[in-house]
Amino acid sequence: MAGTTKHSRTAAVQQSQRGTEEPPFIKWTLIAIALVFCFIFLLLPLVNVFVQAFSKGVVFYWHSLVNPDAWAAIRLTLVVALVSVPLNVIFGLAAAWAIAKFEFRGKSLLITLIDLPFSVSPVVAGLMFVVLFGLQGFLGTWLDAHDIKIIFDVRGIIIATVFITFPFVARELIPVMQATGTDQEQAALTLGANGLQTFWYVTLPSVKWGLIYGIILCNARAMGEFGAVAVVSGHITGQTETMPLRVEKLYNEYNAPAAFAIASLLAVLALVTLGIKTWLEWHQAREFAKAQSIMETPSENSSKTA
Amino acid sequence: MSIELRNVTKKFGDVAAVNKVSFAVKEGELIALLGPSGGGKTTVLRMIAGLEMPTTGDVFIRGKRVNDLSVQQRNIGFVFQSYALFKNMNVFRNIAFGLKIKKWRNGDIHSRIDELLTLFGLQGLEKRYPHQLSGGQRQRVAIARALAPKPSVLLLDEPFGAVDAKIRQELREWLVTLHHDLNVTTVFVTHDQEEAMEVSNRIVIFSRGVLEQVGAPREVYDQPANEFVARFIGVMNILEPEVRNGIARLGELEFPAPGQPEGQKLRIGFRPYAVQISSDLTQYRYHAVLRHTFFLGIMLRVELELPSGLVLRARMSKEEYAHEGLYDGREVSFQIRQYRVLARQEAALPPETDLSYQPPPVVGENI
Repeated sequence: MAGTTKHSRTAAVQQSQRGTEEPPFIKWTLIAIALVFCFIFLLLPLVNVFVQAFSKGVVFYWHSLVNPDAWAAIRLTLVVALVSVPLNVIFGLAAAWAIAKFEFRGKSLLITLIDLPFSVSPVVAGLMFVVLFGLQGFLGTWLDAHDIKIIFDVRGIIIATVFITFPFVARELIPVMQATGTDQEQAALTLGANGLQTFWYVTLPSVKWGLIYGIILCNARAMGEFGAVAVVSGHITGQTETMPLRVEKLYNEYNAPAAFAIASLLAVLALVTLGIKTWLEWHQAREFAKAQSIMETPSENSSKTA
Repeated sequence: MSIELRNVTKKFGDVAAVNKVSFAVKEGELIALLGPSGGGKTTVLRMIAGLEMPTTGDVFIRGKRVNDLSVQQRNIGFVFQSYALFKNMNVFRNIAFGLKIKKWRNGDIHSRIDELLTLFGLQGLEKRYPHQLSGGQRQRVAIARALAPKPSVLLLDEPFGAVDAKIRQELREWLVTLHHDLNVTTVFVTHDQEEAMEVSNRIVIFSRGVLEQVGAPREVYDQPANEFVARFIGVMNILEPEVRNGIARLGELEFPAPGQPEGQKLRIGFRPYAVQISSDLTQYRYHAVLRHTFFLGIMLRVELELPSGLVLRARMSKEEYAHEGLYDGREVSFQIRQYRVLARQEAALPPETDLSYQPPPVVGENI
């Protein structure tokens, strides 16, 4: 009797242990599927970009890049990123601060609005600006009368890019700021610091990593954006052509090696972004683990109430 | 007076979190704001600091009305429940923060911090970051940071809430010593009556935003102003006997109540230590069975069950218990040495706060 009880219990224990783990063949099948998928759809095309770029040799590759039109496209892309990223850093900080630290009416509406660029197709976003600022648009006549050019101009490209990339910084900062709370800021105030000092010495350092991460993602998208920029730019070679637009134009002109040469620059940018992102995540995880391992004692213990 | 509140009310929307509260703290005192959560004590502390503004009423610090002064101008030291140490700064820079903001000279900052590190037993930890400190160390850094710019008052929100029970006891004693050494006016918030009794010179008791009583620990324990205080500070037996022929009766218990109207229900309260127990059944008037014994260390708490089914709580020392040869299930005799007639607590309507508190009369001794 006792023997059977013991036996059935061990069987139950074994079963429960097995219950949490899949058989090995499922594990390996899943890993294989993931790897094959990554290889075919990610790694292979990436390698292909570089193979194509160098298909006519290093000299051709170099000439494709230093060609005046290509050079203009690279410069324009850098200018657009240099303007739109700082704008979105300011906007992202302000929005994240407002959402994380204050309670106000319409807060959830603001959060939804921040996400809007993610949910609107970039082409539609571009068209929105054409409708707004174009000659036939709402503000078109007024802008034309004052000789302000937005559509088919660098200004339009910057506006479209700002719109497309504005969720990145705010999205990264909101959860970080919400998690930090307002205690540290309040402590700074009780120690005599004014608002600006509090922001500079306390708030900004505490969201440093989230901010850097947001800036990197924002920058990658700002340099790589195609859809919205394509609609507002007008594709004027040497003037309103960014790198992604240049790639498309060269490809349509059957100049694949030159197209891939510029594409390879964007691919390198993507790889660098990915590298920095991975490094940041690793760094944060390490800091977190360090903090966890050291603070073993303090536990939130609910104290007795009388 | 170091701190004074006059008729302070704070409303969040329509809810009065603090309702017409007035009290004063003398220079150098160590005061506990005590009450259950939601009692308004933290709001009071934050209003003293300037982190919340009173809806009506005035706050004074050292005789100066500070309602219109911002938190930066009030010269207070505030210690948050979470400590709120600056995570990105090491211990030295945390403590130096207030001094740098106030533009102290570098040499002065160093000597002040050296002084504080020694006083707080934090030497050698200057370079550590908050996440590299234990709970107790963090709290000491938080207090050192608050005290560094020499504030006129030190305010602490639930200072022992976030550490475990063992360190808690150490920290309580340490805070008393620190206060003794520095003699800075200190106000702390707690929901733990034991903590308030042990640490403070005087206790301010709140419930639902209303001030219930202000007094020294002994005073609020021995002479609770009302039933809320009586129940909140320590354990109290509370009975509701009915008056018949000038005597209030409940089961076999009788309390003389001369002059009380017939049929009136009195509320009678007595502390467990006021119940005297003997194993000699002839010694005292009432009889009961010792139902259960709780061991509390040096003291014991016992539950007495009367023949009528009434259960009373009593408290005695281990020696007394052994001397009387008591055990669970034993029949005993007992008396109630001292009791009080309690003011009825109007549950829904908080009474106007009156600082001229008169202790209710002690009605009977040795019945």
